[in-house]
Amino acid sequence: MAHSARRDSPELPDLSLLKRLVRDQLIYLLEQQHEVDKLYKVEHKPIVSISDQICFLIRPRMQTVKWICDVVNADKAAGKFRRYKIIFTPQKFYACEAVLEEQGVFGDVTTDEWAFYLLPLDEDIISLELPEFFRDNFLAGDQRWVRTAGSALHLLHSLFGPFSKVYGIGRCSKMTYESWREQVEQGEQKARHAEIGNVFLIDRDVDFVTPLCSQVVYEGLVDDIFRIKCGCVEFGPEVTSSDKSIKVMLNSQDKVFNEIRNEHFSNVFGFLSQKARNLQTAYDKRRGMDIQQMKTFVSEELKGLKQEHRLLSLHISASESIMKKKTKQDFQELLKTEHCLLEGFEIRECISFIEEHINRQVSMIESLRLLCLLSVTENALCVIRSVSCAGFRQSYGADHLLTFSNLRQLGLLVEQQPGETLTVMESKVGKLVNDRTAVKLTDAFSSLAKKSHFRALSKKLNLVPKSDEEYDLRVPRDMAYIFSGAYIPLSCKIIEQVLERDGWTGLEEVTRLINGHEFAVTGKIPGKFLRIILVMFLGGCTFSEISALRFLGKERGYKFIVVTTAITNSSRLLEALLDNNV
Amino acid sequence: MMKSKADEEDYWNSSKYNAFTFDDADDELSALKETKKAVNSIGPLLAEDGEEDWERVSWSGEPVGSISWSVKEMAASNQRADREPAFPKISTETPSLGKSQSGISLSSLFKGKPKGGNLQTFNDVLGDPSLRLYTPELRKPKSEYKDLVSDWSAEETVQRLQQGKGVTLEKFRSLQDKLLLLDLAVAAHDGNAITAVLIYLKRTLCKEVLFRELESRQTALRHFIHYLTENREQRLLLELLRALGRTEEAALLQYKDYKNIADENKRRDFLKSCLSLQFGGEDGNHVQDHYTLLERQIIIEAADRKAEREGKLEVFQKFPRKASILNMPLITTLYYCCFYHYNEPEGTFSSPLNVRQTFKISEKQYFTTALAARAKLKNWTDVDAMFNSRNWLGFSKKKSPLSFQRVVDILQKNSAPTRVLQEYVGLVSDAELRIGLAQKHKCHDIVINTYRDMKDRQQLAEYRKKVERGSAEERKIDELLSNQQIRWKN
Repeated sequence: MAHSARRDSPELPDLSLLKRLVRDQLIYLLEQQHEVDKLYKVEHKPIVSISDQICFLIRPRMQTVKWICDVVNADKAAGKFRRYKIIFTPQKFYACEAVLEEQGVFGDVTTDEWAFYLLPLDEDIISLELPEFFRDNFLAGDQRWVRTAGSALHLLHSLFGPFSKVYGIGRCSKMTYESWREQVEQGEQKARHAEIGNVFLIDRDVDFVTPLCSQVVYEGLVDDIFRIKCGCVEFGPEVTSSDKSIKVMLNSQDKVFNEIRNEHFSNVFGFLSQKARNLQTAYDKRRGMDIQQMKTFVSEELKGLKQEHRLLSLHISASESIMKKKTKQDFQELLKTEHCLLEGFEIRECISFIEEHINRQVSMIESLRLLCLLSVTENALCVIRSVSCAGFRQSYGADHLLTFSNLRQLGLLVEQQPGETLTVMESKVGKLVNDRTAVKLTDAFSSLAKKSHFRALSKKLNLVPKSDEEYDLRVPRDMAYIFSGAYIPLSCKIIEQVLERDGWTGLEEVTRLINGHEFAVTGKIPGKFLRIILVMFLGGCTFSEISALRFLGKERGYKFIVVTTAITNSSRLLEALLDNNV
Repeated sequence: MMKSKADEEDYWNSSKYNAFTFDDADDELSALKETKKAVNSIGPLLAEDGEEDWERVSWSGEPVGSISWSVKEMAASNQRADREPAFPKISTETPSLGKSQSGISLSSLFKGKPKGGNLQTFNDVLGDPSLRLYTPELRKPKSEYKDLVSDWSAEETVQRLQQGKGVTLEKFRSLQDKLLLLDLAVAAHDGNAITAVLIYLKRTLCKEVLFRELESRQTALRHFIHYLTENREQRLLLELLRALGRTEEAALLQYKDYKNIADENKRRDFLKSCLSLQFGGEDGNHVQDHYTLLERQIIIEAADRKAEREGKLEVFQKFPRKASILNMPLITTLYYCCFYHYNEPEGTFSSPLNVRQTFKISEKQYFTTALAARAKLKNWTDVDAMFNSRNWLGFSKKKSPLSFQRVVDILQKNSAPTRVLQEYVGLVSDAELRIGLAQKHKCHDIVINTYRDMKDRQQLAEYRKKVERGSAEERKIDELLSNQQIRWKN
């Protein structure tokens, strides 16, 4: 980062503790308890194993449990006697046990729990690795993970707390807070030195705009294109320039990555070439060395340089590959459309761009993303609804009827009363859509489907910087740099404002537009004001948001630790709402 | 009665630690709790024993349930009773118990316990040593332990559900008790507990009563719908939705079933049967379209497969079909028809014009698709013909519902030769855009002519460096630059 960070930023607590904790528990569960020596992936197919004891380590999903029941019943039918054990992680659900009972295998199968709540992905990112949280909670309205989130928070509280202040916004945040509070009260508490001072809980549905935007900071871009899984990315042959793919851990241990991860992509090449020059200079040092110096060089520096060299060439190839892919899909034009939508400018042009995108059957998820972005920024698809939604199904298949029903429920694709400017045809179709179905659906899910007031929020919080000023991406002046200076992520802006004001005072209008459910509470145990802030995203957060928070931290002398139910991006968000998984 | 309770108890408490022994030892009950306890106690242990020690203590060392553990627990529970809550409770907008439930007041009267502050109640219970929920259970004789189980109140039961502990729900037999249990679970915001109660309610209440009660409990209802969906209890779910008057949702749910039908004829018939369902809004029309499309695809597929096998039509031999057209989206079908059946009369099912007519495809959409298909075939005459239109004086003029920039893009993606591209690049009206495209696609003539028209001598001279030496383009530029009649602007 080009600008100088504040020096008084506090040190982050050591999160690797979490890893050791769960690792030891798992080892204990597997080895000491059951003498497990081999692991298989659970799929719906017979298990070929001569072992007479089988142990399954699974998420508490009814479907998976049903598969296991099939395995057990098949074994029984074949007269095979085995013993089965299911270890649910992070916890078991009664519904899963009910399946075991219904399928008549309860007793044949015993169960256990592995309390694996938190996976530290990096020194400032912790993931619950529960991508299903988003769909279960926000689409189905199922609160099964609320307790899980509360327990995760409780674990952090008992290791790094006590927390002194908790802020939050969103229904799920409120429930998570309550669940955590009850767990705190039921458990014992010991006065210890707090390492995390403040906590901020935020629901994903507070801000759908940000995750729908194309990411342009390096880490986000890598996630959009190559998909980072558990902090690990697989670079294919087009990056490695061999016929093999390689898996790379992406975190602060990678010195090269650590310097470019939060950078706007336009700066990355400059950074990398500067780095390459430095490396050359470092290599060149060995010229003119005497034997003794050379010996020191080889033993002390060479290994580090070689490592850096390898990482450097990897990230250069990855950047090249990103450039190639993005040029191919007219990224420039796509970004222009997104920025216009965020700004509320030239909407007609944006609409025809989206329509053409759909007509040409270019990437389905991309089209859906643009449609949703249009809907949440404009709060209605009044102008293009008739053409585009129908067009979408024509281009990508009739089964998207169900996808649209999901999007409607979630408020991502809201259809509104047609305006006056509509053509006869458009308003006719409009009326059809706006009949009681929509009303009923919205009623039924009134708590979930909410109107977006993005335009008003954007004005209120100055989310879109004035476009007439030149924005120097090398010297970012605010969090908008993560979207090329076009937009400050709503979620992060709210966090900034609340921390600045130490509460929600003065933000009444904002919370009203977001649909309320905000809270700010102070613990009875007076804690020192600590500038280490835990931000918990319920329903997922993007790498861009993490970059924005890191920037904010540097500006204000905070350190953020992001806890998320999963790392998300536009594709993951929308794929979770397609209807092919249930 | 006693026995059934015990069975129920075993049901919720699958064994924890003695994994494969299959005996029903009493101490199963405590196992889960202790796992949790162990996690919870790590913080304090860490502070006391230092980092090196906690691993040994918590997971593999001290046998859980030993004396020292219970001592610790008792100590903790004693502390708890007189401690003030560390964090305040905030109001979460769950329906207040009294409001949503008619029976509650009655049952609570009989029990003589205050409702609402259920945490308070639980703390009271915790204070009572005879009802301690933790380790003492291990040491109690079996009979006494069973008495305890049946003594749990609704609040305690929900608390235990939340903590993943064993419960017995069989004692909640009156409707009021069942609903109280449900409302308490909802008030605790614990989806797992809510679903557990719902499963019990589903088993012990008739549908009519259950549906009726769920209607006024939206949170519980959503959980129930999700449970039924996940458990694939389609029939019951449909009944529920219909009972609630949510016919459109029911229709969508029924329609969704087509995905499970692989055979295309059966799928078509199924879709046809869906047409009579009550869809909301536009959805009905889309299902109709879906049906019509599949019906047509089946006809086209049968005819084309035959034609391909017989080898009569050249186009199938030159461009063998890569996949069947069945179940493809509408636009893909249109593309297919434009590819293989472009010139058919409008009367046939596979004619692109007929497809366009039937499904009311917009002009722009039709144009885009047809253009891409004909360009893919490299049939430039067809492409050319698409743009022709005559005005009333009979002059032909190239027109397009699509911007020519986009047209060039589509043609170029289908690897059109420069000769073809040139013509359309020339039609881009914006000069800057035209030059950009012309340079990208190496249409030198257009670049040169545009600079000439813009009277931009400098740019033209600059461009001279980019063209091949001694080529016709270079000569043309030289001619222009030496032309005295042009009044250059620079």
